[in-house]
Amino acid sequence: MTNTATNQTSTGSDVCMSLQNVTISYGKFEAVRNVFMDIPHGRVTAFIGPSGCGKSTVLRALNRMNDLVPGCSLKGRVLFDGNDLYDRRIDPVEVRRRIGMVFQKPNPFPKTIYENIAFGARINGFKGDMDELVERSLRKAAVWDECKDKLQESGFALSGGQQQRLCIARAIATEPEVILMDEPCSALDPISTLKIEETMHELKRSYTIVIVTHNMQQAVRVADMTAFFNAEAVEGGSGKVGYLVEFNDTERIFNAPSQQATQDYVSGRFG
Amino acid sequence: MTSAPTSPPATADFSLRRRPASEKLLDQGFHYLTLALASFVGLLLLAIVLTVFHGAREAIATFGARFITTSSWDPVNNQYGAFVAIYGTLVTAFLSLLIAVPLGIGTAIFITEDLIPTQLRNLIGLMVELLAAIPSVVLGLWAIFVMEPAIRPALNLLHTLFWWSPFFAGEPQGPGMAPAILILVVMILPIITAISRDALNQVPVELRQGAYGVGTTRWGALMNIILPAAISAITGGIMLALGRAMGETMAVTMIIGNSLNFDLSLLAPGNTIASMLANQFGEADGIQVSALMFAALILMILTLVVNIIAQWIVRRLSLKY
Repeated sequence: MTNTATNQTSTGSDVCMSLQNVTISYGKFEAVRNVFMDIPHGRVTAFIGPSGCGKSTVLRALNRMNDLVPGCSLKGRVLFDGNDLYDRRIDPVEVRRRIGMVFQKPNPFPKTIYENIAFGARINGFKGDMDELVERSLRKAAVWDECKDKLQESGFALSGGQQQRLCIARAIATEPEVILMDEPCSALDPISTLKIEETMHELKRSYTIVIVTHNMQQAVRVADMTAFFNAEAVEGGSGKVGYLVEFNDTERIFNAPSQQATQDYVSGRFG
Repeated sequence: MTSAPTSPPATADFSLRRRPASEKLLDQGFHYLTLALASFVGLLLLAIVLTVFHGAREAIATFGARFITTSSWDPVNNQYGAFVAIYGTLVTAFLSLLIAVPLGIGTAIFITEDLIPTQLRNLIGLMVELLAAIPSVVLGLWAIFVMEPAIRPALNLLHTLFWWSPFFAGEPQGPGMAPAILILVVMILPIITAISRDALNQVPVELRQGAYGVGTTRWGALMNIILPAAISAITGGIMLALGRAMGETMAVTMIIGNSLNFDLSLLAPGNTIASMLANQFGEADGIQVSALMFAALILMILTLVVNIIAQWIVRRLSLKY
């Protein structure tokens, strides 16, 4: 049902990550099924959809974060640069070093601001000028001005929005190729949100970004591509299972979606 | 909320909700009740310290600092020095901690970091708690008749290998400091494990995810993020265990040998303040009672110092998250 939409998308730029018939289950229950998607390189891709539609689950599958959830299993293939991330020979730690992540709640490490940045870089084998890297990462995440005078203070000395940008800087410092963001602004005020969105516009020059958001306006503002997920009750009645409804240019999703469900969701008729 | 035009003035509105006098009285009464209950604990502590100090005055006046540095305990000539017991208390407590801390924290990590299925984890957790439930006199009995004979070959081996060291001099004869240390390990292990487990469980899941998100290995996340985040609570648990180890009486008395002669060796019989008190209070009279009180005062001060250090460490180490 979504194949036609998917195929159109791979024309614009080259594919960074490709989901091929991905089904993710927690224990016996399927959370999301049969996802086909090609995430383009160097663009911002947004996942939108109602709660429980599996968009966060899919996002976390992209850097094997779901490995940490007991009982979570994945069928299908997730290709990154042509390699199957779930291949037996792939080291999940290596995957996460190349595909960074920013979480819903700001979660700086209980360390100094400087160490928050340096820690990830160091374990990734960074050998260069650490001071320079810390400054560069903080600048890229647009939080340098607020941090430059208190690099040796705890990361918790910052406000929520600053903490989240610190977490973005931390993700950047490991020099990943892709940055995944799981509702990065849901705990933030509108001004902090705006700053993070500006940061994203900067970042997409050098990184591929995938963002999950509940805020449709945010998807319109930041994303080049948008995927709409929905959930439907399954036969047997064991809760709902998510699926990908439509994946296309953000403009198309919001102005001329090909599916009625997408139209209903983006116009605010449900969700 | 819409206010109807006919509503009475605000003051009348407010007075409608005034609390009845009885409710206020109840509130006040509860306040004084809790105050009384809380002061009781403080008064009790003060009373104990004062009476022990009062009882020890005679010995303090007679022996002074000599009590701490000399090791003669001679009821016939009324000469008392508690060095053997103080040495035994400190050595057994700290050495048992040295063994129990890695063991306890290791167990806690193992049962919190989902390395094994949940059922197995819960089973190990339950066993740790059951270990804490064994009465110390039972452990003492077990130490004498089962553990000590079982570990004697190992202690003999230590002696043959390290006979030149004063700490392993003298062939192990049965009861001694080494088995006492081991039984203390058994007794404080549940405390350290349980508190470390709770501390590790309380590290927010976001922090763990963050650590894995920047590409740490399990080991790296544990050493650099999770343990540092939990360290203050773990330290608190260790200090609690140290206090327990210093004050533990029954099991130690049964296995340490209760020697009044000083011996540096861990393989020789020794004594602790707690077991000395337990052994001698029955026959003691005159200045010997006062000497025992002095020893008790020293034990109290030692545990107090440990507690103060613990609080200080916890404050220094505690990281916000």
